[in-house]
Amino acid sequence: MNKNLTYKAFGERTILIEWPALIDKNILAEILKLKDGIVQLKGDQIQDFIVGYNSLSIIFNEFIEDFTKQISEIQLIDSKIINPSISKLKIWNIPVCYDEEFGIDLEELSIKLQLSKDEIISLHSQSIYTVFFIGFLPGFMYLGGLNQKLHISRKENPRLKVPKGSVGIGGSQTGVYPSESAGGWNLIGRSPVSFFNVNLAKPCFAQAGDKIQFLPISKDEFYDINKKVKSNTYILSSKRVYD
Amino acid sequence: MIKVLHSQFGLSVQDTGRKGFSHIGVPKSGAMDLYSSQLANKLLNNHSDDAVLEITFGGCKLEFLETCKICITGADFSAIINNTKASLNSVIQVEKGTILSFGKQRFGVRTYLAVKGGFQTEKILKSRSQYKGITSWEFLTKGSILEISSEQSKMVQTKSKVKIDPEHFSSTKINCFKGPEYNALNEFQKKALGNSLYKISFNNNRMGYQLEETLENQLPSMLTSAVLPGTVQLTPSGKLIVLMRDCQVTGGYPRVLQLSEASINRLAQKTTGDAIRFKILC
Repeated sequence: MNKNLTYKAFGERTILIEWPALIDKNILAEILKLKDGIVQLKGDQIQDFIVGYNSLSIIFNEFIEDFTKQISEIQLIDSKIINPSISKLKIWNIPVCYDEEFGIDLEELSIKLQLSKDEIISLHSQSIYTVFFIGFLPGFMYLGGLNQKLHISRKENPRLKVPKGSVGIGGSQTGVYPSESAGGWNLIGRSPVSFFNVNLAKPCFAQAGDKIQFLPISKDEFYDINKKVKSNTYILSSKRVYD
Repeated sequence: MIKVLHSQFGLSVQDTGRKGFSHIGVPKSGAMDLYSSQLANKLLNNHSDDAVLEITFGGCKLEFLETCKICITGADFSAIINNTKASLNSVIQVEKGTILSFGKQRFGVRTYLAVKGGFQTEKILKSRSQYKGITSWEFLTKGSILEISSEQSKMVQTKSKVKIDPEHFSSTKINCFKGPEYNALNEFQKKALGNSLYKISFNNNRMGYQLEETLENQLPSMLTSAVLPGTVQLTPSGKLIVLMRDCQVTGGYPRVLQLSEASINRLAQKTTGDAIRFKILC
């Protein structure tokens, strides 16, 4: 039994498990491992899981009659997970066009961060990011691993419309807007890839625990890939993660 | 088929929502007042997850292009079938060419219309609930055509009218449980939360209901974590927001309360200016 965890009843059918309040890859690994264990032993009772930076919420199909009993069963699972599916995790290469047509805040960022635009682009595309979880919008990945040199506060006035695929930086986070939405992040590029498509068997290619690396592309490549994405002939490249 | 002649205030098809897609950030959605929508399905002997029409403030006029059996539940907006008053909470056979419209509000906010066998609109990620970016359309509009089940001739036991608990529409009492961050509140704040009468602000919709009164607090910020329909968030500026069916799956504001599922249904029948009082259980 992991003594660092707290278990809380959250409404009538949900148990919230919390880890210490840190953004930490090891905590993410523990969350995913426990989630796997619960799926293996209680999968048929469960409607949904919601992963947060330091939490796992388990939503049951039915109201939970006895929280204490259910929690003690989960605590037992916690100590005997045998077969985690960590090996199924992938690293995805996400093409991003950092042209100023899309990276409309690059100029401003370059001044504020005292880095050239090329330095910003190379720092952003060299890191390997971890997908902590998906939330906010369908297909929106919460990524960890942004180089500290690129940390910058959100825009004072959020934009009412940020185009789909926009890549932005907000505080210590970076990410891609999977659909058009309002947003306050500084925009540095755009990806032609679809991050959420209800018509696919897997509407969102990534899952919590996966890794992301951004691959700089030209405007021509952007439009070329975009065309293929629209005709469903584009295949995103990925590799297994073994770390 | 049923044709929409007029629509207002976000007329939409809803079932019990999308289950199993939270991990990719998809909101659950589903009928705001599941108690009323499920009652309509029950009276028609439908499946509990058959899709119904959610009509807000009576903003809807329909033409039935075929004969079918229907049931109207939820808010009373003086439903009229052709020129006759229609009864709520009972099975009604409507003939081809019938017009259904609504008039003066008597009680409640959201009315449900079910048809025998359910609406056969597009099913995306295992649900017909309309939601922006998931289904083709966010709402139904004038001219929308709704396919219905072909089993209209099947017998439906037409039981006498069902009596509805009037408390569902009139009571200000909203039952809730302590939320994950409830214990971060001090005694004064806990008391205020449990004793105050809160008014629903103008800012209320399928995503959430913001309340007029504020609760001053210095709660520490938290890392983004799960939120559910019925979660009451407290912002640093003291705003209280009750999340509803179309809410996001994660949020970063402290979750001070969690409504009981029955109380989410009750709240769904309230609107701007209505008062509520939280009754904190256990």
